[in-house]
Amino acid sequence: MKRLTPPISEKSLESLQAGEKVFITGTVYTARDQAHIRLVDEKRPPFDLRGSIIYYVGPTPAKEGQIVGSSGPTSSYRMDELAVPLMERGVKVMIGKGDRSEDFHKAMLLNKSVYLIATGGAAALLASKIKSRKLLAYEELGPEAVYELQVEDFPCFVAYDLHGNSIFRRASG
Amino acid sequence: MRKVPAEQVKKSVKEALIRMNHHLDDSLLTAFRKARDKERREVSKSILDDLIENQEIAKQGVFPLCQDTGMVVMFVEIGHELTMDYSLEDVLNQGVKEAYEEGFLRKSVVKHPFRRENTSDNTPAIVHFKHVMGDQLRIKIAAKGAGSENMSKVGILKPSDGAEGVKKMVRNAIEEAGGRPCPPIIVGIGLGGNLEKSALLAKEALFRDLDDESDDEDIRQLERELYKEINALDIGPMGVGGETTCLAVKINTYPMHIASLPVAINIQCHASRHEEVIL
Repeated sequence: MKRLTPPISEKSLESLQAGEKVFITGTVYTARDQAHIRLVDEKRPPFDLRGSIIYYVGPTPAKEGQIVGSSGPTSSYRMDELAVPLMERGVKVMIGKGDRSEDFHKAMLLNKSVYLIATGGAAALLASKIKSRKLLAYEELGPEAVYELQVEDFPCFVAYDLHGNSIFRRASG
Repeated sequence: MRKVPAEQVKKSVKEALIRMNHHLDDSLLTAFRKARDKERREVSKSILDDLIENQEIAKQGVFPLCQDTGMVVMFVEIGHELTMDYSLEDVLNQGVKEAYEEGFLRKSVVKHPFRRENTSDNTPAIVHFKHVMGDQLRIKIAAKGAGSENMSKVGILKPSDGAEGVKKMVRNAIEEAGGRPCPPIIVGIGLGGNLEKSALLAKEALFRDLDDESDDEDIRQLERELYKEINALDIGPMGVGGETTCLAVKINTYPMHIASLPVAINIQCHASRHEEVIL
């Protein structure tokens, strides 16, 4: 069983193979559409991008006494262009759902980052792996604000590995 | 004449929305289990296992099934014997507002195409009214996520394109969508009417029972063939490849102009959240 523990080094990504399951334990940052638009313009981003993991998620509101509401991945393709400058500044792992553009894939390989997917719609299950949450920036964006999450055994699948393989390439194609 | 109190309408809508965001229909769960047993690869099985485990956690009522708790769509049938001293649409929206606030569901509606300021209470819902005979108020309610809605399509074919033309358009739409709409999906198809009617037919088709079939022989045939052809695309759970890309294909039809064959394809993700309330 493969595990990833941030901060992520290039070396720790080398053995990952598209299609295999991987569990993350440690710090993960949330960012989706609006937060990406802002992050790419930040001279001093609210967290250290180097070796970081970004999770594309906009949770449901937390109930009283709850760490976080339901937290499944959103579709990654909407962040394809905005993800490139963030990888150039050190983001190593992105977690979302669904296939991404050819241009993103090329830029990802160039920057030696990887793309993971979590099961879309398994938001209750994934929320149960989040152990703490801290607001970092853009509170006014509501569910789209940037949070620092501590996760434990957070289940993902390797979608695009460092070697050019994709989980989405079909057997028949 | 019969009166339906506003309070009763509001409460029913609110409770249905909170319930559907935590509980999947049993028929859907059975379909997940069957799909899981059919898969041969570990990754495809593992994704379906996640969905089964997810609904176990969600039904305890703490975490909604999905973080995208949807924009609300309603098809409302008003019986001719009913009288109301309130705006039904306003009361329905009040039910939505209370469900999303009190149920801790995500508010996913913005006001403007470009300024995108959140309305903060998940209203307005998209409501379609029909006036019918009888003394009942029937409300079909869905919480529809955007991941699958974004992959939907409307097009107008030539009558000569026929069933083959429809199939081609559907296959192309599903293939293009790949893993994005969260397969295994349910495909709602509207054939006929005009531009907007076909889209309404496709949406309403998604409310049909998972295991029913069309009463029309030709349409039933088309539903079965498309079900097979879509599952042969090897898109699989979340697009990772596999035996099950769709759980069902539902086609609704309506008369149309002699010169057109309108086709709408509305895609529903695996978390199909809908309910019918009869008052």
